[in-house]
Amino acid sequence: MAEIVQEEGHKGKGKRKAKKHGTHIDMTPMVDLACLLLTFFMLTTAFNKPKVMEIILPEKPKENEKPPELDKDRALNVILVENDKVLWYVGLADPNKTLPVLAETDFSKDGIRKVLLQRNKELFTRVGNMKRDVMEGKLKIPRDSIDGRIKRFYKEDKSGPIVLIKAGDGVKYRNIVDIMDEMAITNIARYTLVDINPVEKTMVQNHKKSN
Amino acid sequence: MGKIKLAVKTPRIDMTPMVDLFFLLLVFFILTATFRPEEAAPIKTPQSTSPTPIPDSHLVTIMISKDDKVFFNVDNGSDTIEHIRGKILQAIGSQYQIKFTPKEIKKFEGLASFGLPAVKLQAFLNAPDPKAREAMQVGIPIDSLDNQLMYWIRFARTYNNNLEFALKGDGDANYPAVKKVIAILQDNNVNKFNLTTDLKGVELPAEFIIK
Repeated sequence: MAEIVQEEGHKGKGKRKAKKHGTHIDMTPMVDLACLLLTFFMLTTAFNKPKVMEIILPEKPKENEKPPELDKDRALNVILVENDKVLWYVGLADPNKTLPVLAETDFSKDGIRKVLLQRNKELFTRVGNMKRDVMEGKLKIPRDSIDGRIKRFYKEDKSGPIVLIKAGDGVKYRNIVDIMDEMAITNIARYTLVDINPVEKTMVQNHKKSN
Repeated sequence: MGKIKLAVKTPRIDMTPMVDLFFLLLVFFILTATFRPEEAAPIKTPQSTSPTPIPDSHLVTIMISKDDKVFFNVDNGSDTIEHIRGKILQAIGSQYQIKFTPKEIKKFEGLASFGLPAVKLQAFLNAPDPKAREAMQVGIPIDSLDNQLMYWIRFARTYNNNLEFALKGDGDANYPAVKKVIAILQDNNVNKFNLTTDLKGVELPAEFIIK
């Protein structure tokens, strides 16, 4: 396939020399095969390993243990409902007082993320500034100690919201991952997954009716 | 005066460097290729912004399909000679009074994820082909009356105590099923686990972008 052997004409009276042929192996089939296998392996290789999001839940409280008290000014309740909607209110709902009004939002960048950022601005900018300083070389710390530093910032946080995530009916697993992700994006130091209580169920129902 | 004759030569391409390169790439791809194991159910994981890659070994994967079936997978540990999967299977066998033959145990060690009640395991392991196996995957029972997932987790931790847990749920799985699985994990004192996700980028509301 690859070459055309050309006879060289013999002119004159010169001796007929034995032609010297270099041992040439036709590599084309080999190249074909290698190329084929290469394509196959390239296409079947999964380079992007799945990613994971680590979550650490608080231990289940023991029988005779009281759950820790919550500063109700810092409590931000996020209630997930069906169709990827998010409802939220601040404080604690007391059935003996007027119930707080639920605000409705979603998972877009100007949705719940904005709400969380507005409340967590201090910590968020602190973490963001630190990361930027590391990037620009102003702050020289080893890469692997960044996480430790962020954790320390989280611990020192005294004003950010304590987010209570509650899932209503018809919530998909995707919504839970989304809201956990929002916590990571907005650097919320304290959040937890809790069950929705009856008062909040009523609030969600009232909210649906008013819409 | 003779004319200058131009030597007529066939253009020859030396293919050796190309072949070298091809084989190098080929060897690289063969060595890095990890074949996708037989999946019990197609699962479309939700997206998050977490860039952490999934751990390579000592990993338990609990899958939740979009119809809320639960599947389980555990690797053989750092070395297949430890036969961790085999040991777990035998422990499950003694829990549910099933005697597995060495052939069945070997078969089980070679498989990946599975999701079916313990009583059906023998039929599953003796199934002639992947299609027949697939038909038997009805999910691991997680009801409080017959909580088999709890035993799988417990025995997996018995034989490999540095396991990490990954929860790989379909984005459309219903939250109550996921919540149940998380509760089972917590009952086994697994409070730290990973959620398997796909990577996506972060967008922030304009006023919160740190420059």
